[in-house]
Amino acid sequence: MRRSGASPPRIDSGVAARVRGDFAFRGLVLVLSLIATIPLLLILAFIIVRGASSINWQFITELPKPMGEPGGGISNAIVGTLLLVVIATVVSVPLGVIAGIFLSERGKSRLGSVVRISVETLMGIPSIVLGIVAYVWIVRPMGHFSALSGGLSLAMIMLPVITLSTEETLLMIPVTLREAALALGVSYPRTIMRVILPAGMSGIITGVLLAVARSAGETAPLLFTAFGNPFMTVNIFKPMASLPQTIFNYATSPYPEWQSLAWGAAFVLLVIVLTLNVVTKLVTSRWKIQF
Amino acid sequence: MLGGIAVSVLLIAIFFSLLLSSRSALVANGFRFLTGATWDPVTDTFQSLPFVIGTLLTSLVALVIATVLSLALGVLMGEYFRSGLFAGIMRTAVELLAGIPSVVYGFIGLFFFVPAVRVIQTAIGAPPYGVGIFTSALLLAFMILPYSASIGREMISLVPADLKEAALSLGATPSETIWKVTLPYARSGILGGVLLSLGRALGETMAVTMVIGNSNSLTFDILGPGNTMASVIANEFSEASSNVYLGSLIEIALLLFVISTLINIAGKIVVNRMAAV
Repeated sequence: MRRSGASPPRIDSGVAARVRGDFAFRGLVLVLSLIATIPLLLILAFIIVRGASSINWQFITELPKPMGEPGGGISNAIVGTLLLVVIATVVSVPLGVIAGIFLSERGKSRLGSVVRISVETLMGIPSIVLGIVAYVWIVRPMGHFSALSGGLSLAMIMLPVITLSTEETLLMIPVTLREAALALGVSYPRTIMRVILPAGMSGIITGVLLAVARSAGETAPLLFTAFGNPFMTVNIFKPMASLPQTIFNYATSPYPEWQSLAWGAAFVLLVIVLTLNVVTKLVTSRWKIQF
Repeated sequence: MLGGIAVSVLLIAIFFSLLLSSRSALVANGFRFLTGATWDPVTDTFQSLPFVIGTLLTSLVALVIATVLSLALGVLMGEYFRSGLFAGIMRTAVELLAGIPSVVYGFIGLFFFVPAVRVIQTAIGAPPYGVGIFTSALLLAFMILPYSASIGREMISLVPADLKEAALSLGATPSETIWKVTLPYARSGILGGVLLSLGRALGETMAVTMVIGNSNSLTFDILGPGNTMASVIANEFSEASSNVYLGSLIEIALLLFVISTLINIAGKIVVNRMAAV
């Protein structure tokens, strides 16, 4: 049916402006998002290309050479980082998992909320402050820098991450599982050790891996705990080199040879950290708890 | 139960170790530590104001940049592209960026940001330091971006769909819906995310130390070199010769601990209140 004599309804110019505004806003959001991500991704690609070209077998297996000699590697830093992370893991996992179990079991009690606030506060402490704490606790009494103190400072960084992810995992385990075990007459500690923990194992491991990835890249607390060491050592009571600190020392040096070593070391560290992140991601998506 | 208590005990032990090991400095420096602007190890004068100001300046400038960018990312990931290939790519990219160690960010800053800022400084006629407060703030902004963007995304996707649909059905354009419905609703959650990012920015050490220029005098010049609480500790801790010097650096660490804890607790409270609604 046509209305005779009436012109077709025209779109109000105000509406047209609003539609244009909508379009502009969408474009702005997209441009800002790209500004936020693209440059860094390009730089990341640069590190990978530049770093991959400067590493070879020698780079990974040899010790650093004195200034002026060509070549040299970072084997001491790779071994150092692995050892530091092992120390930190050994210290932080038992305490972190136990605290996580406590939070998931008794998190609603008054003590539970105190503990939760403590864990979250610990999570927010700048890592350099934890380095100072490790310095005060271990380096000063012993009189010299040591890998042990570096490992302890990393452990304090890992602890809250492990605790919170353990709690989160265990809370997802259905009550029926626990009730079944208890109904069968299994004691409470045994229920936790034999039923709850195994059921949440994949989630707990994920948390530990995430914590490892985070602590492996930490530099600040190692500056005055593990301190660095140009030689290979596996003695945890001696100063020890680490990848992040090697990057820091070489990157801030004025020599191009050392800076190119730093690119190589940054590449190795990135590969380790990003691999851990990807593995974690796969573990969570593949073995996500399903009941 | 013991494990839980152990964490609380650990936290208390950390606090009191810092307090005890800085007591000589606490006594020697007195209240002037917080208000004075002179940091001179030669005369044993230790006052922290330049570093507190430096920390606040770098963090706030970083926060402004990061908030704008992360709001855009949050809207993009929480509103426009909630699923699909592009959403997956963006999310992976953001997670990738969150995993990069800070020393690598510092290295990137030294090689890319410092020359870029030097070009800008030459163009506007400022002294071409390259390093400085603005450079660190820029670098920090990119470092905290993944965190604030993912909190922003989460808060934006928590906004009930019927509110947005009501606005759309009344004839609002999608962008008007975002401005007038989604963002106001998610405002407090986004604010909490900003506070949590601020907590990270305050304590960030390595990247800042590498690009800030390490100048110990009080300055409000954003384009010039400065120093933050964390970077002065990183620079001077292993060469602190006297007991008071070391104690003063630990006192700065204590101050940093207190400030970042307060900001984190504030952020947590705001985010939790939002998530509980």
